[in-house]
Amino acid sequence: MASTITLPEPAPRLKAESKDLDFYYGDFKALKGVSMPIYENKVTALIGPSGCGKSTYLRCFNRMHDLYPGHRYDGKIELHPDDVDILDASVDPIEVRMRISMVFQKPNPFPKSIFENVAYGLRVRGEKSTSYIEDKVEAALKGAAIWNEVKDRISEPATNLSGGQQQRLCIARSLATDPEIILFDEPTSALDPIATGSIEELIGEIKSKVTILIVTHNMQQAARVSDYVAYMYLGEMMEYGATNDIFMKPKRQETEDYITGRFG
Amino acid sequence: MSAKLSERAQLLRRIIRSHKRWDAIFGLLGLLAMSLAILTLVALFAQMVIDGAPRLSLDFFTSFPSRRAGQAGILSAWVGSFLVMLVTALFAIPVGIASAVYLEEYARKNWFTDIIEINISNLAGVPSIVYGLLALGLFVYTFGLGQSILSAGLTLGLLILPIVIVTTREALRSIPQVIREGAYACGATKWQVVSDHLLPYGTPGILTGVIIGLSRAIGETAPIITIGALTFIAFLPPVPFQGEPVAGLFDWLFSPFTVMPIQIFNWTSRPNPEFQLNAAAASLVLVVLTLGMNALAIWLRYRLRKNIKW
Repeated sequence: MASTITLPEPAPRLKAESKDLDFYYGDFKALKGVSMPIYENKVTALIGPSGCGKSTYLRCFNRMHDLYPGHRYDGKIELHPDDVDILDASVDPIEVRMRISMVFQKPNPFPKSIFENVAYGLRVRGEKSTSYIEDKVEAALKGAAIWNEVKDRISEPATNLSGGQQQRLCIARSLATDPEIILFDEPTSALDPIATGSIEELIGEIKSKVTILIVTHNMQQAARVSDYVAYMYLGEMMEYGATNDIFMKPKRQETEDYITGRFG
Repeated sequence: MSAKLSERAQLLRRIIRSHKRWDAIFGLLGLLAMSLAILTLVALFAQMVIDGAPRLSLDFFTSFPSRRAGQAGILSAWVGSFLVMLVTALFAIPVGIASAVYLEEYARKNWFTDIIEINISNLAGVPSIVYGLLALGLFVYTFGLGQSILSAGLTLGLLILPIVIVTTREALRSIPQVIREGAYACGATKWQVVSDHLLPYGTPGILTGVIIGLSRAIGETAPIITIGALTFIAFLPPVPFQGEPVAGLFDWLFSPFTVMPIQIFNWTSRPNPEFQLNAAAASLVLVVLTLGMNALAIWLRYRLRKNIKW
């Protein structure tokens, strides 16, 4: 697969790639020609000051913008290996969301039982077999490192869990349907340091199964969890590279200013 | 130094005392205003209970109205009210909820939906007699439904439709957007989001709106009189598959009828003071019914909301 970026290690496989992506909210151009690769089974972090467009960019990957009027995409996001352009009008956003799941900034469990929260993605896909759903839910809860805490109260309301547990439950919900990519939109910004630590650890564990794209405000977090980093500013992709390179020897002065806290 | 400070403290205390006088005066005025309102209501309610309560017996509920006040009852009136409410609920609940879901979740926001939105709020304030006139022209004559339970139920259904729509929309709007996004992110379609999430989570609010709407409808008199309900009726609507000739399943819908408020109105307009007691007793039943429905709405909302947090 062709990539414009030279990498220190043998190049991993490309999972997705955005090409000259522009995005508009009405007349406002929120993303300007963003091009970058997303590598398979790697964590790619999006950093940048508030309002730089990183969440907007993330939400293009599951067509979340389609829920609101006045949006317009220009450019492509190709999903590999089948090379489908997920922004194309002929592609149903529901199909995209079934392949690419999302974990939100604020934990948003449904006011249903813990079990039903994780099972929801399967039910939406028309899955009827109870034993299959039970197996999948258990596997997802184990995958999200929350099984031991909830296995005895699986039918209790999910909203009784603590914030950190709720967020791990939301990760289990998005894992349950075996997505190809999981999008994390500042998943720890509403959590305390201990819960944050466990989510970061979890991200490190699940990347063997799934490709991860994460938006974060926290430089240390980006450094800890990611393999690649993209620095965005005012809707443009300023710099992209392997995490070590970006943090140790950024090519641009703006990137260095931002990651060292002199700006942003 | 300390003398100066205490002088200042004295000044402050004087100011506070004079300000607090106004506190007390306003408190007293408020209490007076509230007592006036509450006492009037309590007096009315007490008079109704004193007059009406002795008339309440099983016979009162199982007797038809009569020329003799002592034997008259509210059988045809409460059966009529019950059947009309049934039609009202069957019409207003599905239509109201569907309209609200459409406006809130499906419709694009443009000038057309803005106009609809403004008008729905305004419709809630239209005098009920206007609904009666509309129904007389539309249901009774144009559709030929006659002066029937069906016409009355549909009329009251129209009357409470704005209430149901507005409360359902508020219930849907109070569900956080992140819950919708979470469901869509799982790959749900719009209908799956509505049926799996929004309607279940909105149920407490929707139910409250429905019950408050019905408790308004049960006390409505003007539109029912306009479409021509009878004021004196000594028979019940036909029971399906009974009687001679055998009644059809839906024959009761086209039966003449009366309702509780009309029965009360009829009795109060009689010169014989004994009928006033009947009116008080029937009013008591109606008031208890309305308060009961409102209490049920509050209780249901409290019970169901306990299980729904974000």
